[in-house]
Amino acid sequence: MSGTKTAGSAEFRLPREHYLNAKYGMRSWLLTTDHKRIALLYLASVTFFFFVGGIFATLIRIHLLTPEGLVVTPETYNKLFTMHGVAMIFFFLIPSIPAVLGNFLIPIMIGAKDLAFPKINLLSWYIYLVGGCFVLYSFATGGLDTGWTFYTPLSSIYSNSAVTPAVLGVFINGFSSILTGLNFLVTVHTMRAPGMTWFRLPLFVWAHYATSLIMILGTPVIAITLLLAGLERMFHFGFFNPTYGGDPILFQHLFWFYSHPAVYIMILPAMGVVSEIIPTFVRKPIFGYSFIAASSIGIAVIGFIVWAHHMFVTGEATYAAIAFSFLSYLVAVPSAVKVFNWTATLYKGSVSYDTPLLYALGFIGLFTIGGLTGLFLACLGLDIHLHDTYFVIAHFHYIMVGGAVMGYVGGLHFWWPKITGRLYPEFLARASAIILFIGFNLTFFPQFILGGLGMPRRYHNYPPEFQVLNVMSTAGASVLAIGYLLPMFYLTWSMRYGKIAGPNPWPATGLEWKTASPPLTENFLETPAVDWEPYDFVHRPDLGLSGAKAPGKLAPAHGDD
Amino acid sequence: MHRTGELYGQFKTLDQQKETATLGMWIFLVTEILFFGGLFLTYTINRHEFPTAFGIGGNMLDLFLGGLNTVVLIASSFTMAMSVWSAQTGKKPLVTIFLSLTLLLGSVFLGVKVVEYKQKFDHRLVPGRNFDVTYCSKNPASVCGLTQKEHGDEIKEIREGVELEGGEIALNAHAQLYFSLYFGMTGLHALHMIVGAGLLLYLILQARKGRFDASYNTPVENIGLYWHFVDIVWIFLFPLLYLINRHLA
Repeated sequence: MSGTKTAGSAEFRLPREHYLNAKYGMRSWLLTTDHKRIALLYLASVTFFFFVGGIFATLIRIHLLTPEGLVVTPETYNKLFTMHGVAMIFFFLIPSIPAVLGNFLIPIMIGAKDLAFPKINLLSWYIYLVGGCFVLYSFATGGLDTGWTFYTPLSSIYSNSAVTPAVLGVFINGFSSILTGLNFLVTVHTMRAPGMTWFRLPLFVWAHYATSLIMILGTPVIAITLLLAGLERMFHFGFFNPTYGGDPILFQHLFWFYSHPAVYIMILPAMGVVSEIIPTFVRKPIFGYSFIAASSIGIAVIGFIVWAHHMFVTGEATYAAIAFSFLSYLVAVPSAVKVFNWTATLYKGSVSYDTPLLYALGFIGLFTIGGLTGLFLACLGLDIHLHDTYFVIAHFHYIMVGGAVMGYVGGLHFWWPKITGRLYPEFLARASAIILFIGFNLTFFPQFILGGLGMPRRYHNYPPEFQVLNVMSTAGASVLAIGYLLPMFYLTWSMRYGKIAGPNPWPATGLEWKTASPPLTENFLETPAVDWEPYDFVHRPDLGLSGAKAPGKLAPAHGDD
Repeated sequence: MHRTGELYGQFKTLDQQKETATLGMWIFLVTEILFFGGLFLTYTINRHEFPTAFGIGGNMLDLFLGGLNTVVLIASSFTMAMSVWSAQTGKKPLVTIFLSLTLLLGSVFLGVKVVEYKQKFDHRLVPGRNFDVTYCSKNPASVCGLTQKEHGDEIKEIREGVELEGGEIALNAHAQLYFSLYFGMTGLHALHMIVGAGLLLYLILQARKGRFDASYNTPVENIGLYWHFVDIVWIFLFPLLYLINRHLA
């Protein structure tokens, strides 16, 4: 490998054989056990669901252009926001980074040939598809109107919409998530290359390790909860039905026991992506490696004991509410550790504003706003005012879209040369990153104000004085749509016409950049041995950083932090 | 088909392969604990809420059949452990025998469960429109196949229950909640038994070809872990569903 050549120079050629051309035909894709191909299968399917969810979001924003509502009936409006939530959360956000980027990268990053259980990996994609089909069936036969939270007894008794297939679909999809998490955990434990110690693991892997813990500990609980709600709807079992003495609040507890940690399933992998991107584009080891790694685990652990902050207005015990409020504040600590460490990494680095870094910087800003407004909501008194308003909507979209989706798109750009072997057009990519950032803020910042003024969520109409802010939000959504469609086009274009990237175009320090782009089916010709610290640019002559590009005298990745 | 001790492509050594498979099974069992955990939590909260109705519901279960199934299942765990031992000590014919015995005992368990479900169905104890916890007490003893003494006890118990719960409607509703949990918990457990039976069948077919010996027995060991897990779930289910309040019957 020659690292001295500049990125995309004509001297690079695609490797003669790689995972994309190793075999051809439908069969070789649908029956593949190669984690890289399965990642691409996931890429196609989560993109599909992203657009399904996106269409519902578009309709919602168009509808809210006028105070009395523009296009749909109130009943349809209920279905629109429900289906938007179900498609985006369960079928896009949760699998997005883990199943696409995690699947592709974790084995390569730790120097393994594949995940521990390649067949189970393929199985999890099929389970995802089956779950997806049930949910699409529900959408096509009239949709459901319960909200993505499926609260009982609306979902189990009163709703006349297609709840059963949707609940079944989400239930089935859970097993895909469980198997992915299980596969990652075991892989990180048993498949690491010689020299790849725990504290040499890329932070992306640490983040996925934490995510996998949540997947295996949380997802079974939502599975049994939805199963019970489904049994109640189908067979009149009374677990959550007050008629039989069952408790609907119990459903909410069980639901949020998974669904709050699920937010960390979405955000932790994005944090992992950011932790990879930042050191690469500032040519500097990440600040506080071990703190970032530990904070991932910290977020996963604390994330499990904050769930009832979603239920402050259900009449739960005051002392329980105080405890959950306090614990919710506590989860801000490891999150802040990450933000400070990323910022400290930027300090005095030689920053180059390439596309992935733009996304990472966008992530830091938006995540910070989303995180801090989360503290407003964790505050017992304030939450009573803000609960079920657009403030909540804005808050979690800053985390999920501003955070998780920014991380996902940024990660796609960062590893696109590795996945396809080709570079995307840099100017367009930077432009679309900026368009996304502007569109996002224009869409969701007004919603903070709307929520503060008291506009409730889930309503199909609103008082006329809220119209200006709602129109701003819809205008922002149109900009946001351009920001999502642009990458879709130029990334597809670059698969054929992009410049050949070479093995390490940035250059970055991870093991994944030491193999060809695109990698071979076995990832490496021979199992690599790791004898360097993570994110170390100084002791890596193989990166070809010499002369003007040489990093200054820099501290090692960890040890003195 | 994966032959004895063959090394899969993603691994470097057989030891690594075995360690990986075993860790995977343990983590899977952790997810199973969480899965059943949601049910046990629902049970605990409702038992605490409605002790009278749950006590009456529990006393309506057949202690003999439940106890028999507990013995059968513990015996099956023993034969399962013996099949792992036989594989690890290289006694190939014994592996098949013990696995078959395990499958047989598992099937007995499921058969007994069918008898029990049928009985509950006849006694109008399946949640739904026809659920009626007072059915046996309101009909002659022979309808539910009870002795005169049992019938008398049940009538007395129901009468007290109606008083404590504040009316027959309330008692019936809360008893229905108990039987929702009974069918939910034992049904899910039975489903796991059926999956386990399928896995045992697969193991038996493999063992007959002599696949498992002292050097390669990971599938026997791991499916054994699964079988023991399902067994332990029953060890919790039996006292929770059948035994609490039995002394008041």
